[in-house]
Amino acid sequence: MTCDEAEILLHALIDGELDAGHAREVEDHIAGCPGCTAQVRAYREMSRTIADADLRYTAPPLLRRRIEAALPQARQPNRRAVLRGFAMGSAASAIAATGLVAIVLRGDDEARIQSEVVSAHLRSLQAGHLTDVLSTDQHTVKPWFNGKLDVAPPVVDLTSQGFTLIGGRLDYVDARPIGAIVYRRRSHVINLFVAQTASTDRHAAKIEALQGFNIRRWSERGLNYWAVSDLAADELAEFGEKFQASMPSGTAG
Amino acid sequence: MPVSTSNDDPDRARRFRDAALPHLDEAYTLARYLLRNADDAEDAVQDCYLRAFKHFDSYRGPAMKPWLFAILRNVCRAEFVRRASSPTSTIEDVPDDAGQTPLWHEAQETPETQMLRRWDADTIRRLVSALAEPFRETFVLREINNLSYREIADVVEAPVGTVMSRLARARAMLRSAWMAEEEQPK
Repeated sequence: MTCDEAEILLHALIDGELDAGHAREVEDHIAGCPGCTAQVRAYREMSRTIADADLRYTAPPLLRRRIEAALPQARQPNRRAVLRGFAMGSAASAIAATGLVAIVLRGDDEARIQSEVVSAHLRSLQAGHLTDVLSTDQHTVKPWFNGKLDVAPPVVDLTSQGFTLIGGRLDYVDARPIGAIVYRRRSHVINLFVAQTASTDRHAAKIEALQGFNIRRWSERGLNYWAVSDLAADELAEFGEKFQASMPSGTAG
Repeated sequence: MPVSTSNDDPDRARRFRDAALPHLDEAYTLARYLLRNADDAEDAVQDCYLRAFKHFDSYRGPAMKPWLFAILRNVCRAEFVRRASSPTSTIEDVPDDAGQTPLWHEAQETPETQMLRRWDADTIRRLVSALAEPFRETFVLREINNLSYREIADVVEAPVGTVMSRLARARAMLRSAWMAEEEQPK
């Protein structure tokens, strides 16, 4: 690595935006270069000074009142589900690739994959992207994945339990093809993403919220699952439990 | 399920309030640094929130803050266009002598071992406000609004690589200005 390259990349290093491999490359260069070492120290110090000084402004109270006054006043909270459009879809907007973009990846794989799964969910909600195979029959959906993925995702019909199977889709997460099984509950879409994992450990389900969606994540029999939906957390948990309970036992799915 | 698109729907307004109003100080901060004028920043933030509320039905992520900032940035750019056509100066956050002529020069000559003096917040704000665009915008989004490179790339509609090089440049400029500031008698 040259100093010219390091001069840019050391900022990504300071900001924690490099993955472990590239961080080490930059660190290796810095370790052998007094000039770049001094730069990193100076910029770290500058960032710390700026953080300590707190350069934010506080919005004037009048501004808050003006905005409040311009919004319709809330009455009783209303839990009714509202279908929303997807016209903006900025989460799905691809970031143009440059020479540097590929290496600017957060070290936290788990968080990144969760965010990718939510992006894939968002993409799927845009017109015409929800299903590649449209069928409520698990015996049609399951074979459709054959030959498209390293692993055939298990497909179970949960219609009688309140979750209608509506099809399957090939998606991309973490730059790899991944199977998505699509269910519907009332007006809510659930994308169940299934990917192979090297580990055969069973991980208990956990539910997290990200960008307004709930994600139920679990691992079983060498497969990772992410169920994503705008369903309430308890209903998504119910979906996951019913799915797990319906899995044919003794097969790899 | 009924589809509600009315702007008068109080439930929708409540959800918008809960999601967007916690970011008001951050939005105002960004507007102050972009426009460098307190009144213009207030107007821009109000405009931004009303536009965001209007388009809230189409909001599905990513995180609320970058989504708001992208709208705010467009409002501020419209203000730049307006300023260009009416030449009375509206910049007040930067003194006249520093306003448009950058204090900085390229940082290569900066002595690398020199320690940085810990300026007070007002001085640093002034130095940041004097940075040229698009470096100031990138710098503020990263250092003050704490967005990730990827979020910044979405807000400013530029590739992540561009964000990284602008940030490197912005920090080099700021560091030079920081050093130059130290040489001036107070």
